[in-house]
Amino acid sequence: MEHYLSLAVKSIFVENILLSFFLGMCSYLAISKKIEPSIGLGMAVIFVNGLCTPINWLIKNYLLDEGALVWAIGDSAMTVDLTFLAFISYIATIAAMVQLVEMTIERFSPTLYANLGVFLPLIAVNCSILGASLFMAERDYNLAESVVFGASSGVGFAMAILSMAAIRYKIQYSNIPDGLKGLGITMILTGLISMAYLSFSGIKL
Amino acid sequence: MSDIFKDPIINENPITKQTLGVCSALAVTVLVEKAIVMAIALTLVISFSNVIISLMRNVIPHRIRIIVQLTVIASLVILVDMSLKAFAYEMSKELSVFVGLIITNCIVMGRADAFAMQNNAKDSFLDGMGNGIGYGSILVIVAIFRELLGSGSILGFALMPDSYVANGLMLLAPGAFIILGLIIWVQRTYTKYVEE
Repeated sequence: MEHYLSLAVKSIFVENILLSFFLGMCSYLAISKKIEPSIGLGMAVIFVNGLCTPINWLIKNYLLDEGALVWAIGDSAMTVDLTFLAFISYIATIAAMVQLVEMTIERFSPTLYANLGVFLPLIAVNCSILGASLFMAERDYNLAESVVFGASSGVGFAMAILSMAAIRYKIQYSNIPDGLKGLGITMILTGLISMAYLSFSGIKL
Repeated sequence: MSDIFKDPIINENPITKQTLGVCSALAVTVLVEKAIVMAIALTLVISFSNVIISLMRNVIPHRIRIIVQLTVIASLVILVDMSLKAFAYEMSKELSVFVGLIITNCIVMGRADAFAMQNNAKDSFLDGMGNGIGYGSILVIVAIFRELLGSGSILGFALMPDSYVANGLMLLAPGAFIILGLIIWVQRTYTKYVEE
C-alpha cells in the first residue's frame, strides 16, 4: 500500500507530468484562460488517464510484447514480437476509449456530459495520455501500478491547469508588455510554478 | 508558393504564434543535438503526413477523419522511430518517449486537419516543410540558450570560459519554460502581434 502511495505522490508532485515532462502543454495553454473549463478538462484527464493506462498495459502485456501471445496461440508464438505496433495500438485505444467514454456519459449522465462533453474529443490528442502510456511501458509498471500512475498523472495535470487558470484570472488587469501578453506571460508563469514544484524533488520516497 | 513555405517559419510560426506543439518543444531542448534530431524527425513526419492526408482528402469521411489522421501519423512515426533505433540507437534512447509523442504533437494533427484536408498535395508538402522548419528553428534556439547557459557548451564544444559556473536551473524544466516565454516575447515584438 505504501508503495502505491509513494508512487502517487511521486507522479503528482515530484515528477508532475506537465511541469517536469512538459506533456499536455497544448490543451493546458489553450484552456487555462478560464477556471470553469479547466476544472472540466482536469476531471476528464484524470478519468481517461486512469482508464487508458491500465488498458494499454493489458494490450502491451497480452498482445504486443515478445512471447505475449502464448496464451492465445500456444508455444509457437514464443518468438512473436509486436512491440513495433505499440504507438499505433496505444493511440487507437485512447481514441476509441475517449469515444466510448463520451457515449457512455452522454447516455447516463447528461449533466456530467454538459460539463465534460466538449473536452473529451480534445483529450484524444492530449499528449499527457499517450505520454502516460509510453512511460508505463518504459518503466515496466505492473497492472496496479499503472492504474495508480495513470490516475495520479491526471491529478498532477489537473492541479497544474487549475493553478494556472487561477493565476491568469488574477493577472487579467495587470499591465503586461504587449508582446508578452497571453502565451509569453503564461510560459514564464508556468516556469515559476514549475520552480516551486522543484522543491518537492527533495522528498525521499 | 513561397508564402505557404515561408509564413510558418517567421510570421505564422507554429510554436510562438499558433501555440501548437509546445510539449515536445521543451522536453528535447537540453542539448542542441537532441533538438536537431527531433526537428528533423518532426519535419519528415509532418511533410509526409500532409501529403498522404491531402491525397486521401476526398475519400476520408468527415466523422472519422481524426482517427484516419492519427493512423497515418502513427504509422509514419513508427517508421521514424524504427529508423532512429537502427541508425542512431543512442539518440533514440535519449529521446525516449518523445519520438512516440510526435503522434500527439498538435502541429502534425493541426496542419493535417486545417491545411492538408483542403489543399493539394504540393501545397500541403510545402506547408508541412515550412511548419517543420518553423518548429525546428524555435527548438534549436531554445536548445542553444539552455545548453550554453546550463552546460557551457554548444553541440558538446565548450564555449564558456572556465570561470563560468554552469546554471543548473537551465537544464531543469523551469529554465525551458522561461526561455521559451522570452523567445515568444522577442518574436511577437518583432512581428508586432498582440494577443487579446
